[in-house]
Amino acid sequence: MQNLEQIVSEALAAFAATQDPDALEQIKARYLGKSGQITELLKGLGKLAPEERKAAGATINQAKEQVEGALNARREAIRRAALEARLAEESLDVTLPGRGETRGGLHPVTRTLERIEALFRSIGFEVADGPEIETDFHNFTALNTPENHPARSMHDTFYLQDEQGGVAEGVLLRTHTSPIQARYMQAHVAKYGHLETMPEIRIIAPGRVYRVDSDATHSPMFHQVEGLWIGENVSFADLKGVVADFLRRFFESDDLKVRFRPSFFPFTEPSAEIDVAFMSGALEGRWLEIAGCGMVHPNVLRHAGIDPEKYTGFAFGFGPDRLTMLRYGVNDLRLFFDGDLRFLKQFV
Amino acid sequence: MKFSESWLRTFVNPDLSTDALAHLLTMAGLEVEEQDPVAPAFTQVVVAHVLEVVKHPDADRLNVCQVDTGNGPVQIVCGAPNVAAGLKVPCALPGAVLPGDFKIKVAKVRGVESSGMLCSARELGIAEDASGLLVLPADAPVGESIRRYLDLDDTLFTLKLTPNRADCLSLTGVAREVSALTGVAAVYPVVEPVAPACDARREVVLDAPEACPRYAGRVVRGINAKAPTPEWMQKRLERSGIRSISAVVDVTNYVMLELGQPLHAFDDAKLQGAIHARLPKAGEKLLLLNEQTIDIDADVLVIADDAKPLALAGIMGGEESGVTLETTDLFLESAFFTPFAIAGKARRYGFSSDASHRFERGVDFAGAVRALERATRLILDICGGQAGPVTEAVAALPQRQPVRLRTARVNKVLGVPFSAEAIASLLGRLGLPFVQEGGDFVVTPPSFRFDIEIEEDLIEEVVRVHGYDEIPAPPPVARAAMLPMPEGKRQIQRLRQILADAGYQEVVNFAFVEEGWEKDFGGNADPIRLANPIASQMGVMRSTLIGGLVATLANNLKRKQSRVRIFETGRSFHKDAAAQPVAGYRQPWKLAGLAAGDALPEQWGSAARKVDFFDVKGDLEALLQPFAARFEKAAHPALHPGRAARLLLDGKEIGVVGELHPEWVQKYDLPSPPVVFELDLEPLLAGRLPQYAELSRFPAVVRDLAVVVDKGMALQSLLDGLKAQRPPLVQDIQLFDVYTGKGVDEGKKSLAFRIVMQDTQKTLQDAEVDVALQQLVALLEHQFAAKLRV
Repeated sequence: MQNLEQIVSEALAAFAATQDPDALEQIKARYLGKSGQITELLKGLGKLAPEERKAAGATINQAKEQVEGALNARREAIRRAALEARLAEESLDVTLPGRGETRGGLHPVTRTLERIEALFRSIGFEVADGPEIETDFHNFTALNTPENHPARSMHDTFYLQDEQGGVAEGVLLRTHTSPIQARYMQAHVAKYGHLETMPEIRIIAPGRVYRVDSDATHSPMFHQVEGLWIGENVSFADLKGVVADFLRRFFESDDLKVRFRPSFFPFTEPSAEIDVAFMSGALEGRWLEIAGCGMVHPNVLRHAGIDPEKYTGFAFGFGPDRLTMLRYGVNDLRLFFDGDLRFLKQFV
Repeated sequence: MKFSESWLRTFVNPDLSTDALAHLLTMAGLEVEEQDPVAPAFTQVVVAHVLEVVKHPDADRLNVCQVDTGNGPVQIVCGAPNVAAGLKVPCALPGAVLPGDFKIKVAKVRGVESSGMLCSARELGIAEDASGLLVLPADAPVGESIRRYLDLDDTLFTLKLTPNRADCLSLTGVAREVSALTGVAAVYPVVEPVAPACDARREVVLDAPEACPRYAGRVVRGINAKAPTPEWMQKRLERSGIRSISAVVDVTNYVMLELGQPLHAFDDAKLQGAIHARLPKAGEKLLLLNEQTIDIDADVLVIADDAKPLALAGIMGGEESGVTLETTDLFLESAFFTPFAIAGKARRYGFSSDASHRFERGVDFAGAVRALERATRLILDICGGQAGPVTEAVAALPQRQPVRLRTARVNKVLGVPFSAEAIASLLGRLGLPFVQEGGDFVVTPPSFRFDIEIEEDLIEEVVRVHGYDEIPAPPPVARAAMLPMPEGKRQIQRLRQILADAGYQEVVNFAFVEEGWEKDFGGNADPIRLANPIASQMGVMRSTLIGGLVATLANNLKRKQSRVRIFETGRSFHKDAAAQPVAGYRQPWKLAGLAAGDALPEQWGSAARKVDFFDVKGDLEALLQPFAARFEKAAHPALHPGRAARLLLDGKEIGVVGELHPEWVQKYDLPSPPVVFELDLEPLLAGRLPQYAELSRFPAVVRDLAVVVDKGMALQSLLDGLKAQRPPLVQDIQLFDVYTGKGVDEGKKSLAFRIVMQDTQKTLQDAEVDVALQQLVALLEHQFAAKLRV
């Protein structure tokens, strides 16, 4: 059996020496194939005496198993080496940038308007809209600002030309979003006026407004968002509560200071100007004018067909451009209307 | 309204710091917009008397002065050109700190000791004049602090008054308010009637009593119009932002500031006969004090004599009848013009005046004679002369209707309980006369208040004096009904987000645009024009958003942003007689976008190519999902005629997409043609409630089919034909390749379709599939002259 040991060690050496799976199988054939050396030895067992056959058979089978084991191990090693070579070959520079389109983004003022809408939706406000070329009636008269009211000079109004090149009667570019109040109330009364008690009105109305004013802090077109809550028991304290809550949520600042100052708008009474002061940051401690508001003037309710004895309510108007500037630290209003992608892409 | 704090404190002097006083006013609705010290901080500057001036031994431009600063002579070296013996000037003593933290010490100047510094106005920070020393009046007391002498420890308040608070357009008005807010009594000027010293008089006639229901006037004779205005008056006027002009004019301005009553002084020598407050006669013109000659509109009240118009009543005097330094006889006017008569008139002529500002908001109609007496007294004191009797005409003055204030209503509107006692006390502080009837207060507004007409006005007064800050701000209680959430609709936010996710950046462009853009991009030769545009390139309202997008592209190209993908949502504006809700102007919302430059951001992983029609069409198809629009070749003024399509949804046109017309590419100086689109927003807001359809359990069979057709044939017509007449087995037909070139004849193209066939009831047999395919081929061959490509 010296020979058998030699065969096994030769086989193992031959397996180990090869890297190639086909060569490995050929080597296998030399030992375990039909006329392989180990196969031949097994065939030779029949010539042995029965008493020798058993021991010899066991020895040869052991050798065969050893060779088969080595073969399988070698096969696995070669497969693994090949896989590793392939993986190494296929490896990418994962630090290269990804392929394809990048996202664009929303305008910063749109971001603000969407936040405002979402915050007010959470307490049951719906969004309303109205025309930008507006009637003089809805922009002023329905809001208790008759012709020649001094408050009209607070708004430098854009007017339209008529067909003869003169000033078109009765229309203008809306100077605020408040006419939406007037329109919405009228529509509400048309819909629910027959009920003993109308459902509440809770709306906010964002939009573009226009005034003849253009400098570093004024744009001839800018944004406003109007809010209106009318119900049977809506009070000035409610107004303060809603506005203060909104500002703290909008700026995500619980220690934001909010104050209300008496002011004047023809369509609210009492009226207030709202100031905020931040407790940190570049504007720390400074009072900043941020909105106008007040209890809806009884004349405005009456104009819309709402009984001011039964219903009360409040309205407010914020400047989303200013809110956006404060929120994101933008220092020039004109950037909002300039379309500069280098600026806009900061808000993606 | 601008005034100095020290003047206000002569009327009411609460124990409050300047800041606290300003805060009090602001929080009561009289917003202190600006609060500026008259002079910056500095110390130890006194009135000094220059005794002797000798040339400096070693410096040409310097003088060595002996100066009395109140403690005997000291030596000061001075470089000012106007220094001279005998002058009174400000002197900063050693130890003084001047504005800019400039410390004064005893020092040697070119070897000569100097114990202080003589100062210019600029060095004290009170004026710009640095040309020489600030020369003080000869009677200035030596050694007196210059701050005290010039009253520099004073603050200028600028109030931003709301139009309802005309009663605070005077010092006494503001004082009345401060008194109400603090409870400190105010002291008002004592005005005694001036007894007539001559009988010179002019009759006054109220020809338009509704516009001018009260007119008081008086002649003052023999004045010296050249008399100087006293220092104190000049200073108060100056600190109120009013330039001193002449004694008479200064007095009228002073009394206006003090009492709120605008006055006017005519040169009596230029008047003929009686004074009329009347409406103009046709064609009357007037040269105003501001040198503007105006045609007087029929509804503008004038003051006239028997011969001619003299002044625009309550707005501005006329140049010809105005007082000059040569005037010896005056006619002083103190009248009440109703707000309605004055409102808006000055603005119509393009200016505003202190008088019109007050009259259009409301002047105390009971105060005219008092102001006239006050002004007469001051003129007599300053200019001398003899006053005639007051002539006054009075018609129906405004009525002050009593206003009822209910305690319960106060509580309902404010949302916090106020007791009747508290309300009574607040009304009392405001000086609003009332009668109490149970829990109700019947208030008669005083003649100086034009803003108290209804109960809410009084509620505002109550809460204003109580303090807005004192009202709590709890979250409100409301019925918690849920809002509707229609799933069959899409919100505009969703559309914006889809486009943003597809790489487009939202922009906001002006709604007023250049007229040329309307023509080029909208084919609109008759846009809606603004009557008063801010600039000619913002002269018309846009009917298309494309112009703004192209301009935004051009601006970004200038800033080296070569790849631009932008969109905007906004209203467009169209003349339309039938439009609602504003007749004549249809204002539909649009969603428009533009893509220019590379199809993809610059990258290593894809070959660079320019964005094209189909890139943007793909974005729009994604935007429209789950709906599919039909794209039809279309002509549009902004777009390349061969590369433009209109979008149809359910047969209705909803917008256009295409390459910008080469003509505009050139005109607007663009390096490559952008692809633009503009859609109506409304149809895009439609959504669809998904509805489940049974899935087939039997496998689908997929076959490819390639045909050759004429190159000019539109795919859509072919697809329409196939889909309309397809065998029932055919579930879907997708184009997956378009090919021209080798193997396909000139003028032809090959289209390859993937055909999906399925039977919902059974597994398809090959034979059935073949039959269906043959039917499709036959259809293509017969109707579209297509040839099967083998």
